[in-house]
Amino acid sequence: MGHAPTDIVSDTISLQYNYSLGQVAGKFMDGLKEGKILATHCSKSGLTYLPPRDYCEQSFEPCDGWVEAGLAGVIEQSTIVVRGFDGKRPAPQAIAFVRLDGTDCAIPNYIDGVDLSDMREAMKRIEPGTRVRVVFNEERAGRITDFTFHLLGAEQG
Amino acid sequence: MSVGVIASWQSAFRTSHPDKTFIEQAQEAAVGALKAAKMTPDDIDAIVFSLAPTFFMGVADADHWAVDAIFGAGKPIFRVHTGGATGGSVVHAAYALVESGMARTVLMVGAERIAETPDAQKVLNLIFDAFYERDMPLSTNTSVALAMSRYMQMHGVTEEDFAQTVVRHRRNAMKNPHAHLKGEITIDDVMKSPAIALPLKLFDICPRSSGSAAMIIGDTASLKRYQTRPAFINGLSGLSDTYWIGDRITPISRTDWSSFRLPEYVSRRCFEMAGISDPFKQIQVAEFYDPYSCQAYMQLEADGFCAPGTAARLDREGAWDVDGGAVAVCPSGGTLCTNPIAVTGLVRAIDAASQIMGTAGKMQVKNVRNALATASGGIGQFHCMTVFGAEPVHN
Repeated sequence: MGHAPTDIVSDTISLQYNYSLGQVAGKFMDGLKEGKILATHCSKSGLTYLPPRDYCEQSFEPCDGWVEAGLAGVIEQSTIVVRGFDGKRPAPQAIAFVRLDGTDCAIPNYIDGVDLSDMREAMKRIEPGTRVRVVFNEERAGRITDFTFHLLGAEQG
Repeated sequence: MSVGVIASWQSAFRTSHPDKTFIEQAQEAAVGALKAAKMTPDDIDAIVFSLAPTFFMGVADADHWAVDAIFGAGKPIFRVHTGGATGGSVVHAAYALVESGMARTVLMVGAERIAETPDAQKVLNLIFDAFYERDMPLSTNTSVALAMSRYMQMHGVTEEDFAQTVVRHRRNAMKNPHAHLKGEITIDDVMKSPAIALPLKLFDICPRSSGSAAMIIGDTASLKRYQTRPAFINGLSGLSDTYWIGDRITPISRTDWSSFRLPEYVSRRCFEMAGISDPFKQIQVAEFYDPYSCQAYMQLEADGFCAPGTAARLDREGAWDVDGGAVAVCPSGGTLCTNPIAVTGLVRAIDAASQIMGTAGKMQVKNVRNALATASGGIGQFHCMTVFGAEPVHN
């Protein structure tokens, strides 16, 4: 055969994608530009969905209203990402799933303004049950990165 | 009808197999299982191909590429893909083919070569929602770290508790010739391993493994012909959950994922089908799908082997040890030591069935009457369980 078993053939695959937002996510992203976090509500089940859903999977009815989520909420789960992550913010980064006031689901985002020099200590400061608020960027593009979470009462980082 | 395992085969698992291509790996497994069964390709009625995301190897729909290599031309072939649960779902699909009478014998086969790309992290990030989630550093690692933070707070369990599982699994894996990671380590070694996403550290996390596996099952007549000591498939259950992690962790959630409610529902159905009323007493081997150190405890509790929050304490008392324990938890070293994503669930099933058939070699646990295998995928979105027994429950 004549080839060392470690011989390889290399290829680099580069793909561009243009994801259509659709009406529901489109309205949500437009809301971000205005500094609002928009959720959908189903009057039959009483559930308020974030991310917004077109259809209530529990009542088998369409969601029939839009509501503004509160701009504060509670951490349901959290971590500090220590190992670097290609294409994202440089590590370490605190992230959490947060249930905003008035909604029934949690959404993920970065937690900014937390001192990560002692990460074990920082984990306690962002533990589940901790309250956070939404802080919007001044420049907004209609993307989920238009806002992050900050600890409630903490100084802005 | 009773459906059971005729034979199986698995490779040694390691970071890569540069001496073979993907289809050669799959072929090696198919040949291995057929030889072990003393069957030829003509004796197989249908094939279920175990194949998770193909981004890792960079060949789209690699099941097509593998058809000839696994002797599939001229036979019905079904590819199954439920993420990390793939190999478990494969067993369920194959069972359905036999139980329905569509096939008398089914070959399950697959391979994984995850190290073909250095961009695996990017691939894993693609499973998250493009609009609301993907801009965050979400991966299987970070998602499990998030769930752990919640579980630890709910149950008062510590990182040192989870580290016990790593120590036991790596020790168990020393008796497994196929295992990827193995050896004597200490709780301190786990605690001092590099932080990945707190509370997860490197040793809390499975390796990414390359390798292949195959298993053949058959109907009652085929079992009589090919296998004197089959492992009967006595119970199966698999359920899916909402895609949205954020829907599974709030007060209104139907399946709180930090309490592993989905596996709880799955195990109830599966045990009922298999005639298991007390798993702690009736199941001798549990081959859990546990790519992270926290997940064996979560399943022991969800499946009713012990009360919520008590698995770590029982571990300290030796309850889950191979030697002298009540239930041998992952005598193979489990998914924590070996994770070839596409076939991991199939390997769990092979390791559980081998314990029933008495073919587990140095891993063999004595007097095994019932053994279970689980698989989970899609950030806990899919979960399935299979119970194998020495005697058939369904005739």
